[in-house]
Amino acid sequence: MIVADRKKIPEIRDMVKGHDRVLLVGCGTCVTVCLAGGERETGLIGSALRMSLKLIGREAVTVHECTIERQCEDAFIDVLAQRVGEYDAICSLGCGAGVQALAERFPGKAVYPGLNTQFIGILESQGVWTEKCAACGNCKLGQYFGICPITRCAKRQLNGPCGGSRGGKCEVSDSTDCAWQLIYERAKSLDKVQVLDSLMPAQDWSTSNDGGARKVVREDQCIAGMGPKA
Amino acid sequence: MNNQPIILAFCCHYCAYAAADMAGSMRLQYPANVRVLRFPCTGKIEENYLLAAFEQGVDGVIVAGCLEGGCHFLEGNLRARKRVGRAKQFLSEAGVEQERLEMFNLSSAEGPRFAEIVREMSDRIAPLGPSPLRKNQSAMNAGIAALEKQTELAIQGGRK
Repeated sequence: MIVADRKKIPEIRDMVKGHDRVLLVGCGTCVTVCLAGGERETGLIGSALRMSLKLIGREAVTVHECTIERQCEDAFIDVLAQRVGEYDAICSLGCGAGVQALAERFPGKAVYPGLNTQFIGILESQGVWTEKCAACGNCKLGQYFGICPITRCAKRQLNGPCGGSRGGKCEVSDSTDCAWQLIYERAKSLDKVQVLDSLMPAQDWSTSNDGGARKVVREDQCIAGMGPKA
Repeated sequence: MNNQPIILAFCCHYCAYAAADMAGSMRLQYPANVRVLRFPCTGKIEENYLLAAFEQGVDGVIVAGCLEGGCHFLEGNLRARKRVGRAKQFLSEAGVEQERLEMFNLSSAEGPRFAEIVREMSDRIAPLGPSPLRKNQSAMNAGIAALEKQTELAIQGGRK
């Protein structure tokens, strides 16, 4: 899932303080699960934001909250469409995709982000989320026994650990596992350590941050006349 | 109405609420501007109840739960302490003095301690002055009544 955390209240307040009516929009999908932008968090941020605005003399700003099932799909934004007319700004508590989906759908409204989108990750333990995927567009997890060195090795090394691997931990932080230690141990338990003898070529980054925003197209799913936008 | 700070006390049914009752039975004197809200456990208290109380303009909030290790539901009071910490973080970011909110632990046998906690919080909050978030007394009273209703509904699982 997409993992995010909230922006501090003063930052959100300074973005919206020039408006008269602001709608805080939570998202019921990933950011609800990572406790950043679901219904409960939207209520808390709304409450703190109203207090903050009042204390800087902007009591006149109306802040209301609502949460939709998913911000990153237009069909789910439909339920919001009627209500948005009453506001002159939207603060999205969705991920970066949600913020931009709202901005595209409501071109006449100012749209602000209330969260900092962090990464694609999983719940490691209660209250702790860890990055697992860099969305590089060229998955090599098969060669690394299900552990991604691109994401989990601080140096993104593809051919073994560096000299900073100590006691299974990365030199960057004692709380960070060395991805290569994990890869090696997993290879050993699968009796496939010899696979690691082969040399991996450098990562092809053309599928990642290259050539602007990426796009996945399934021609068979495109509706005639409504193909991918240019 | 006097000039003492207006305090909401979110009390656990099994300890602080009974202690408040005992303080009354013992005819103990403590600041009169405290209003008690009863919860089945402090673990039922959501952070948004605490923020809502401040939004309505109360001067301070007490969360009073069982002694640590003595929660009727095992760890409700420990969760409440963490939630109070997070609510303080929100208050601080919003510009409200976080000293206005505090969690206390006491047993149902501690009527005098309840009176002492109220005095302690009243003395702590008084120098901070009235909450700048309060519009007027009647708006705040209406807000508190709405909060009481909201928390009551939440406790009943939303049943009317």
